[in-house]
Amino acid sequence: MADEKLELMAHLLRRAGAGSSRAELEEYAARPYDDVVDDLINPERFPEPDDDVLVRYFPSLVNTDTPMLWTNRWIYRMVNTKRPLEEKMTLFWHHVFATAWFKSEHGPSTQHHIQMLRENGLANMRQLLLGISHDPAMIYWLDNSENLGSAPNENYGRELLELFSMGIGTYSEDDVKNAARAFTGWTFEQPIPLYPYGGFPSRFRYEPEHHDDSEKTFLGVTGPLNGEDIIDIIVQQTATARFIARHLYNFFVADEPQVPAWSIQEPEDKGGVDEIANAFMESDGDMRVVMRTLFNGDSFKKARFTRVKCPAEFVAGTLKLSGEIREPDPQMWKLHQALAAMGQTLMDPPSVEGWHTGKEWIDGGTLMERINFAVNHVGDPNRPGTRDIVERLAAQGDSVSPESFVDTCLDLAGPLKAGDQTRQALLDHANEGGDLRFDGDAAREESAKRVARMLTLIVAAPEYQFA
Amino acid sequence: MASNGKKDPVLVVVQLSGGNDFMNTLVPYNEGAYYDARPLVRVEQDEVLPINDTLGFNPNASRLKELYDAGNVAVVQGIGYPNSSRSHFRGMDIWHTCEPDTIATEGWVAKLIRELDPGGVQPLTGVNIGRGLPRALAAPGVTATSVGDLDNYGLMTSVEVEAERDANLEIFKRMYTPAVGAGAVMDYLSLTGRDSLAGAEILAQVPGKYTSSVEYGENPIAKSLRDVARIHTAGVGTRVFYTNHPGYDTHSHQPPVHPRLLQEMSGALSDFLQDLREHDAAEEVSILVFTEFGRRMKDNGSGTDHGSGGGAFIVGDAVKGGLYAEYPSVKPKDWLNSEDLKHTFDFRGVYGTMLKQWMGVDAHDIVGGDFEQLNPFDRTLVA
Repeated sequence: MADEKLELMAHLLRRAGAGSSRAELEEYAARPYDDVVDDLINPERFPEPDDDVLVRYFPSLVNTDTPMLWTNRWIYRMVNTKRPLEEKMTLFWHHVFATAWFKSEHGPSTQHHIQMLRENGLANMRQLLLGISHDPAMIYWLDNSENLGSAPNENYGRELLELFSMGIGTYSEDDVKNAARAFTGWTFEQPIPLYPYGGFPSRFRYEPEHHDDSEKTFLGVTGPLNGEDIIDIIVQQTATARFIARHLYNFFVADEPQVPAWSIQEPEDKGGVDEIANAFMESDGDMRVVMRTLFNGDSFKKARFTRVKCPAEFVAGTLKLSGEIREPDPQMWKLHQALAAMGQTLMDPPSVEGWHTGKEWIDGGTLMERINFAVNHVGDPNRPGTRDIVERLAAQGDSVSPESFVDTCLDLAGPLKAGDQTRQALLDHANEGGDLRFDGDAAREESAKRVARMLTLIVAAPEYQFA
Repeated sequence: MASNGKKDPVLVVVQLSGGNDFMNTLVPYNEGAYYDARPLVRVEQDEVLPINDTLGFNPNASRLKELYDAGNVAVVQGIGYPNSSRSHFRGMDIWHTCEPDTIATEGWVAKLIRELDPGGVQPLTGVNIGRGLPRALAAPGVTATSVGDLDNYGLMTSVEVEAERDANLEIFKRMYTPAVGAGAVMDYLSLTGRDSLAGAEILAQVPGKYTSSVEYGENPIAKSLRDVARIHTAGVGTRVFYTNHPGYDTHSHQPPVHPRLLQEMSGALSDFLQDLREHDAAEEVSILVFTEFGRRMKDNGSGTDHGSGGGAFIVGDAVKGGLYAEYPSVKPKDWLNSEDLKHTFDFRGVYGTMLKQWMGVDAHDIVGGDFEQLNPFDRTLVA
């Protein structure tokens, strides 16, 4: 029933954004694929999402000092933005440069950190690494504020290499120590006291008196290296191109083994990863070029439903399907709890490792949370998205056969590709109720309930867990 | 309960995530070298709770010390492994999989679950309290149940009409039947879905069965161990529990943070043991408290960086209390790479001890070799 063009566009929108409503999908699918990719990687062509409007409804957003309300605001952005890739890149970099609120308990800096990722998400790698190195939330998170010439703290230097750019096994312990020395004196200041004014972001500050300006050798380069020099050297490494390419592949194309395995295990689709890494090397880490290459690549186009959705994708995508929070809505203030129960507290990753992805999102507890969330939203006949699906079925005529009922619902909920086993189970269920009828108000109401129940079963199916 | 009427042994694993500072937990309070290395992040001599002439507990671990004094705690000193990894990622991975040199896909607890329940017929053999399954419990074909909120646990609980929900769950079972050629991830999902449904049906009964006079603290580890007690005392057949106490990665501001963690951990362990005793359910339970690495000898002026040579505790009524293995030398001449404690006992020997002596299973394949074991039990339930 669904055509290839529509399926490919739905795939792109699931990966480059939070999915789509049916109307959005049809609008995008009417345009050439390459044009849509071009728009996605140039978000400034579209207006910013108007999430400031939320403050009018929820004044506590102004001076909140926890990431909870901001998580809900972020989900609102994911659902409503005209710049889907901007939010998706922010989420991607948040996975890679995993920085948490729980250590500082300083909300404004955490927000500033996410906004920095948002503004630089499609910039080049050098700018991104400078961004995180200047970022107060990161500086505090990895103790660079305690990294002094007289007493180096190597936490940031180590993770910059191991987790943020090159990957373990591509540098020596001495490189770690010397990178750490190069970032001595990179700290932050708190320009306005927290009390009585409330929370204000901190600012980067360079303290030359605490910087170790002596000679150091990093990856074969010797000199009085400073942090910028370290970043310049890092972004030229093929190890960086490969490491970031693998992260991008794992997040946008298909699930890979977890990061610790990368120093030992080659990617399954080596060609696909190489293509991204080459684009990185050739463009000096320009993320627009890299993302264009990724989305236009065959590996990407073929990789449908090969990733387990992360909880943020699962929640935002389900809300796209149910047609909710398109406007400020009181129930959106519980969304952060749903994400946490699924194992992803945004702005509070468990550690600098970030989240383990892929099938590791799924265990007995989180699977139940995911299914219950989707059932709760899509399985209600009053949700706008569910009503829309009822309308579209009604437009097929007064009577819809059980087979068409199942296939139309699968199509409108994705298009979602159901395995034989799932489709047969759904079909047997549909057959029990016979044809879906829309002749008369009573029949319509009964059918709306049946559609909602069918959607309940569809979002509970294993296939719905994949993006 | 085993067929011969004896109780089956139960293992509770508590992971102190982030790398607990063992030196500040059990303090070498007569060593000048310790105080020299730790000008700031240290426990003063007059504050420790001595257990002998050289070692004393951190005063915030007073309730653990009480358990120790009562003979319920075996302290395993200086555990680690050769070429300790300072990365959390690798460090925790190695502890979870017992594979220091390669990346393994099977967690040691998952392999234990497979030994205990080879057919995977009992979905609650292994239970994790918390959100997200630790790597230690993950292995292909093994299902462990993760319980975030024991009081509201179940599938499609928003479907109000019971008959409708029951019918939905039947369809759910069909959709989650493993199918030939569906692929490894889909197989995993199918198994997880079916097992979580089966587990949920049993766990839904647990909260109603539990009463206790023990009042646990208001913190996550206390809540988690209370959930372990509720599930264990309900007798649903769980043999391995796993839970996590996060926050031990004290690179900075260790002085205000670490004492609170030790208080929470010690109090929760003590309350938990008391609760089990009240339910006549303590003799079959041993608790292993471990962490992925120790911390650096020298403090960094605010906290401590990743190091090696951590410590573990084995807690329970069957435990022969005391000190096991050797406390690593804190003298600078003995430091590993001039900055770290040198481990004296391989962590795989600690797992081996729990697996072989407490759980009665062959440890060789689970930990990947034969490692020296301890003898920390007065009595065990296995031959």
